[in-house]
Amino acid sequence: MITKKLGCLAALLASAVLMLGGCDAVWNSPYPADERDKLFLHEEFNSRPKHFDPVQSYVEDEAWFTYSIYETLFEFHYLKRPFELQPGLAAAMPKVSYLDKQGQPLPADAPAAQIAQSVYEIPLKAGVRFQPHPALARDGAGRLRYEGLDDAKLGGRTQITDFEFTGTRELVSEDFAYGIKRIARPKLESPSLELFKQILGFDELIAQLEADVKAGKADPDGWIDLRKYPLAGVETPDPHTLRIRLKGKYPQFIYWLAMPFSAPMPWEAEKFYAQPGMAKRELTLDMWPIGTGPFMLTRNRPLREILMERNPNFREQTYPCEGAPGDKERGLLDDCGKRLPMIDGVKFVYEKEATPFWNKFLQGYYDFYASTRFKTMASFDTALQMQGGGLSLSDAMKKQGIALKTEIEPATEYFFVNMLDPLIGDGGVTPKARERARKVRQAMAIAFDMEEYLSIMKNGLGIPMQGPIPPGIAGYKTGEAGINPYAFTWKNGRPKLRSIDEAKRLLAEAGYPNGRDVDTGEPLVINLDVYDVFKREQLEIVIKQMKRIDIQLVPRLTEWNRWQEMHRKGAAQLSFWGWNADYPDPENFLFLFYSKNSKAKFQGENVTNYNNPEFDKLFEQFRGMDVTADRQPIIDKMADLVRRDAPVLAGWHNEAFELSHSWLRNSMPVRMLHTNRKYLSLDVAKRNALSAQWNRPQLWPLVLVLAAIAALAALGVRHYRRHETQTARSEAAQ
Amino acid sequence: MIAYLIRRLLWALPTLLGVNLLVFALFFVVSSPDDMARAQLGAKRVTQEAIERWKADHGYDKPLFYNDNAQGSKQFTDTIFVQKSARMFLLDFGKSDLGRDINHELYARMWPSLALALPVFIVGLFVAIVAAMVLAFFRGTWLDYSGVIACVVLMSISSLFYIIAGQFIVARTWNLVPISGYEGGLDSIRFLALPVLVGVIAGLGSNVRWYRAIFLEEIGKDYVRTARAKGLSEGAVLFRHVLKNAMIPILTGTVVVIPSLFLGSLISESFFGIPGLGSFTIEAILMQDFAIVRAMVFIGALLYILGLILTDLSYTLVDPRVRLQ
Repeated sequence: MITKKLGCLAALLASAVLMLGGCDAVWNSPYPADERDKLFLHEEFNSRPKHFDPVQSYVEDEAWFTYSIYETLFEFHYLKRPFELQPGLAAAMPKVSYLDKQGQPLPADAPAAQIAQSVYEIPLKAGVRFQPHPALARDGAGRLRYEGLDDAKLGGRTQITDFEFTGTRELVSEDFAYGIKRIARPKLESPSLELFKQILGFDELIAQLEADVKAGKADPDGWIDLRKYPLAGVETPDPHTLRIRLKGKYPQFIYWLAMPFSAPMPWEAEKFYAQPGMAKRELTLDMWPIGTGPFMLTRNRPLREILMERNPNFREQTYPCEGAPGDKERGLLDDCGKRLPMIDGVKFVYEKEATPFWNKFLQGYYDFYASTRFKTMASFDTALQMQGGGLSLSDAMKKQGIALKTEIEPATEYFFVNMLDPLIGDGGVTPKARERARKVRQAMAIAFDMEEYLSIMKNGLGIPMQGPIPPGIAGYKTGEAGINPYAFTWKNGRPKLRSIDEAKRLLAEAGYPNGRDVDTGEPLVINLDVYDVFKREQLEIVIKQMKRIDIQLVPRLTEWNRWQEMHRKGAAQLSFWGWNADYPDPENFLFLFYSKNSKAKFQGENVTNYNNPEFDKLFEQFRGMDVTADRQPIIDKMADLVRRDAPVLAGWHNEAFELSHSWLRNSMPVRMLHTNRKYLSLDVAKRNALSAQWNRPQLWPLVLVLAAIAALAALGVRHYRRHETQTARSEAAQ
Repeated sequence: MIAYLIRRLLWALPTLLGVNLLVFALFFVVSSPDDMARAQLGAKRVTQEAIERWKADHGYDKPLFYNDNAQGSKQFTDTIFVQKSARMFLLDFGKSDLGRDINHELYARMWPSLALALPVFIVGLFVAIVAAMVLAFFRGTWLDYSGVIACVVLMSISSLFYIIAGQFIVARTWNLVPISGYEGGLDSIRFLALPVLVGVIAGLGSNVRWYRAIFLEEIGKDYVRTARAKGLSEGAVLFRHVLKNAMIPILTGTVVVIPSLFLGSLISESFFGIPGLGSFTIEAILMQDFAIVRAMVFIGALLYILGLILTDLSYTLVDPRVRLQ
């Protein structure tokens, strides 16, 4: 009887399951049904953004958000390469004039040494409005609606959307001044502080703020009305004009005006968030930014989801109609003239691990996969293949309509020598010793085979570094003219490493024939100082490569903090580093070799501690040149010095790739362009149709499991009964 | 019993202090306040001046355990250890190194962690007990042998494998539930079904084997023979007598983990995208946020002590012979 009942129950459940399957529903969608038809781009984030405050945010994980919410005076053209600045909130490119020490005007081509002040006159676009925000909400009498809040009045509000009223107002030049002054607030610890000290009067502002905080005149945790604090270098002659005065000449400053550090900030927002009870509820500018950008943050659940929705007040901006050669053929100009943004929002879902992310991408629940986001790709071999030196899609990917886009990143990763080292650096006591070391470095530069390294460790995704400037940056040279002639030759239309024999010859000239010191007979042993994420295979490759020229490479693995400390103290010998550009200008790569940026001496970014007066002189001359000037000859000279002296032995530029679904348009794997979301377009109907097709629930496993449970239960019951009766019969027989 | 409880709670204080001390020592062996400042301020363009300011703002500019420059008791109290630890005993965890309120975060993340851990615990316990009872009932048969083999196989597989295989088979191939993610309310069932299933299966092997051994031990005792001699059915013997008496060792292993359920699971939450305390802790470790790491270890220790006390109390409930003195 029980067995029969169990069978009936199983049949009932199985029918119910099959009936459910008859509904044409997707069961595994991670998104709510009411968002199904919204033009939301689906993206992941795999670490919690630390800062959305524009003066604090500096890392890439935050840039995806901040560049979509805040707008800056200037921004990079989406399609043109090399990267080109264009006006953003500015109405035109700035008019730059120069003054001497006496405040007298200087001609545009005046030598940098004579320039005491650079004046940037920036006209602003009129009619730009901030996103709707409760901080800007005013009542009928014009008073701020959310003034005088406290813990009790805030109640259960934890999201910015919990405030029922919002308001907006026009952007004025004073908002830029306020935003820039915030950089000086000690509490905010802005990473751009040192840089903005180039603005006239900035040091004085910092000192004044610190003094007021110390004297108790200003609350470091509360609202400091920065409108009352003067900053000589930032003037607002009228609501639509901004004037910035810099000390001396620094043409690259304009790139910093394309970063959120200099984004406008309404004073009302700071005042709003400084009210009691706000920080406790995580209602802060760091969590809920306010800007004029194409999107605004409407949901912020850290480690869960972040939603940016279209800013209804976004100014009129259209998709570009001109781009780089080939963009038209690639369909990148198809949306020419369309109003931006073309999507309703971007939904970021927290995805810590690469495997679930990849599976969800294949299900159509993420719109694209970017190699720059997850360091390791879960299924590289099933998705991509290297054919004829290039990357191509596997048949499975093509069948899903997935597109592949690649681009060499404007960034470098490199093996370098600490030039303070006496053995292989420039730290030898005699010129002869230094010359020997240089030859050792040149020999090693030949032996480091980055092509082999990339093919083993990075699936061939990258190109060997030929000089300090990466592709995509002004000053980078292609072809034979761009190779490092000390380590490469040009053969069959491509760079080829010089022979190992040449490297051995250089080593012999340096006094190490067959890798042994000609005087002592001791082997040449070099320490490779790397941190613990370096894989064993990576080390084995470079050890093997150095063995080819009889150099013994000894890896010294340490953890990240100690490794950084080692570099700060200049204690490393041979090591590894990487550099992502702050802005796409050669200055941002060449300054890595300027002696006054030495890591060990000045805590700068010159980790090699390279110190060549000739290079320094050229760099100082170069730094004073306008970004629009012909800088190629001087760049070539500096690049040649770096190649000859070989503080960097070898390295590569990563090839970024992006896999995107057929419903996503205009996307590109460009790391430098964080403003890209407003240019993307989506075909949601196609996304829904395809993902429904790919995600039909398979119900037979459920039926099978239910049937198996029922069968097991029935067997068990039967066995139990037999067991009970068997015992009785056996006893009866006795 | 009250005296016993008070004594146990008082013992908890030095234990917690010791745990805190150990965490401090271990953390600062690998990470100095300078390193912490760098981790928070970013790797680029960080000046020593900014680092010093960060340390002063966050209270890391003092000596770790002993302040040479202070006088009297301040030599001990004006240190990072005391300044950062004292408030924790009042369950005020202050702000994270990033400046966010830890208590607020703990409260918000506790619920998703519980939503995953509680069903895994209850369903896992129920399934394991039932399965162990069945194996004990069929002891010595092919079902028992194959059950034990299955348990050993289940025990031998890494929990990470269950997660990846579960996501691939159930969510990716059969498309029955989302691979990862989280929503509140009733919708959470869709997101929690797979992690709960994986959690239950991952813990099944060891639990079933252990409970089976307990049941078998009980089955061999005299009172069971007496029960059978009374003419009770095997089912009644197992469920009414054996299960009751086997509860003490089962309780030892289960009640102790109940408070820790709040802490969540590090791996599961990370893979299934559940915004609980497990993923919160992992993120804090990666970001070198000492304030959060310290708070989580403190809470972990506190809950563990609480679990041990609860275990002792539960003995008195299931075995009237046990008295707490």
